[in-house]
Amino acid sequence: MKVVVLIKRVPDTASELQVAADGKSVVTGGLKFVMSPYDEHAVELAIQLKESHGAEVVVLSAGPPETKEIIRSALAMGADSGILVDTAQLGALTCRGTARLLAAALADLGADLVVAGKQAVDDDAAQVPERVAELLGIPHASVITRFELSGTTASVDREIEGGQYTLELPLPALFTTQKGINTPRYPTLPNIMKAKKKEIREVPAAQLGLAADSLSAQATTEAMTLPRQQRLCRVIEGDNAQRVKELVRVLHMEEKVL
Amino acid sequence: MSVLVLLEQRGRLRKCAFEAASAARDTARAAGVPLNALYIGQSLADETAELAGLGIAQVFACENEALKYYSNDAYVGIVEGLVRELGAQVVIGSASALGKELCASVAARLDVDLIQDCVSCAWDNGLTAVKPLYAGKVLSTVRLTGTPAMVSLRPNVVSVVRDESPVPAIVHRPMPEVSLRSVLKAVSEAAAGVVELTEAKVVVSGGRGLGGPEGWPVLKELCTALGAALGASRAAVDSGWIHHSHQVGQTGKVVCPDLYIACGISGAIQHQAGMRPAKIIVAINKDPSATIFKVCDYGIVGDLYEIVPLLTQELKETL
Ligand SMILES: Cc1cc2nc3c(=O)[nH]c(=O)nc-3n(C[C@H](O)[C@H](O)[C@H](O)COP(=O)(O)OP(=O)(O)OC[C@H]3O[C@@H](n4cnc5c(N)ncnc54)[C@H](O)[C@@H]3O)c2cc1C
Ligand SMILES: Nc1ncnc2c1ncn2[C@@H]1O[C@H](COP(=O)(O)O)[C@@H](O)[C@H]1O
Repeated sequence: MKVVVLIKRVPDTASELQVAADGKSVVTGGLKFVMSPYDEHAVELAIQLKESHGAEVVVLSAGPPETKEIIRSALAMGADSGILVDTAQLGALTCRGTARLLAAALADLGADLVVAGKQAVDDDAAQVPERVAELLGIPHASVITRFELSGTTASVDREIEGGQYTLELPLPALFTTQKGINTPRYPTLPNIMKAKKKEIREVPAAQLGLAADSLSAQATTEAMTLPRQQRLCRVIEGDNAQRVKELVRVLHMEEKVL
Repeated sequence: MSVLVLLEQRGRLRKCAFEAASAARDTARAAGVPLNALYIGQSLADETAELAGLGIAQVFACENEALKYYSNDAYVGIVEGLVRELGAQVVIGSASALGKELCASVAARLDVDLIQDCVSCAWDNGLTAVKPLYAGKVLSTVRLTGTPAMVSLRPNVVSVVRDESPVPAIVHRPMPEVSLRSVLKAVSEAAAGVVELTEAKVVVSGGRGLGGPEGWPVLKELCTALGAALGASRAAVDSGWIHHSHQVGQTGKVVCPDLYIACGISGAIQHQAGMRPAKIIVAINKDPSATIFKVCDYGIVGDLYEIVPLLTQELKETL
């Protein structure tokens, strides 16, 4: 069985962001980059299938050459090999283009299972994996919190507001992971050493033979801003009873949020 | 040329369906084109009257017992078929759990870009949308240039405004032939009376300051007094004190209530990202130097186990 994990390189969630001089992008220089947190759950799921079913685990990412660092982290967690679709020569991609690149790279890998994060924590786009599934013509389920395999059928729980669906899908299929499905492992030192020898195949995007218009953007950013919300930061003083009374009064009478 | 809004249901039409319709009506007006709606579910029959005042010309209703529950295999083709048939120039859905999946699949079928989870959209010689990035640390304004222009709207940010427009005409759609690859085995729904975090008007959240899961009953009483949903910091979730579906933050839920009450939460940047859309933020924390006091509207420095029960009591007496 072959499992392909889609992972994305994103700024660390602790980053304070600034808008660049063009007013249309964020300053990325000086930021620390990591694997998108939900993708760690996808990698963990794949490695557990390696341990339980002897699956081969391939991680796939599209991005600039620096993306190799996060592929290396996935290899250190236990993935077998990596593929980087190098997008350095391409202009800015939208989800439509990214999904086309990933689907093209997946086309001849023969994956039985594709797993990805439920959303990347930079663009919060929540759609690249679903697009990939559609392009590959395989069924999928998003935002899963449980995965079990019996034969070639996957049984999963899929989160909805205040509840869940339990679904069965035949492989090959694609799933996106949500927190709760597992706890991603930390790479051990021996595995970090081993990961250095594992193969990362680099595929220039141009080599995938996609027509330019299948990668072109149909959404353009006109402006980016930081939300500047002024908060009062009023600390209410007095004894406990007085403070609670005063808080209820302002919320009720002044802010009218009760 | 028209705008098409996707009406989400879970048994009944969901609140987010009316919000999407309200935003779609304004978009259609500005573009000078009619607004149509699509309902997929078991039966719309006794709910059509509720669709008055939203400027919907026609509701296309694909009704069948087999469509009661969302199925990606079944729903995607229905939406795609109607969008193509109508030549819709804008498609607006809901950025709910199921709505996002549906919109992503439809956009892929139609081969157009999609902006998920936007907080507003407007017509200005084309569709523009405001989309929070990095869980809301940045806001971007995006112009959609594909046909159709496709967006999903975040629940709970747009208020439903009704006008004089009549109950829309119903156009019944045939049940398409689909072979289901994915099979729904079971559905579990929230117990009645439990308020959904992302749709709540008031959210009360607890963090590591609770000291253990024994803190939840104290917060739940406050929730009951306020009709609030219960949230949590990642520290509380990762300690195993509560299910991850309660997590607020960059890797949890982004909430947009009128009132957010953070109890025993320090205010880490990832937590801020999830609570930022709240209109008013109240912090209860015993450390006066906690970051949360720099990003809240009202703060009480004190032990949550002393303050919260008093607050619950005071609210019961006042409201
Ligand atoms: C990749 C990544 C993603 C993350 N995503 C999220 C996310 O989505 N959401 C999130 O919340 N965090 C997230 N975090 C974690 C975040 O950085 C913080 O660690 C976390 O928010 C801290 O939770 P806390 O405020 O409950 O705990 P702490 O920081 O430990 O704060 C506890 C607070 O409780 C106060 N306190 C203690 N006892 C009492 C008492 N009796 N009464 C009143 N106050 C008391 C203390 O003064 C303290 O300020 C993420 C981190 C990473 C690395
Ligand atoms: N450039 C990329 N390379 C590999 N995987 C990606 C890429 N972009 C998105 N993904 C995958 O798709 C998931 C959802 O991303 P998004 O749709 O951008 O929110 C991510 O968590 C990744 O698993």
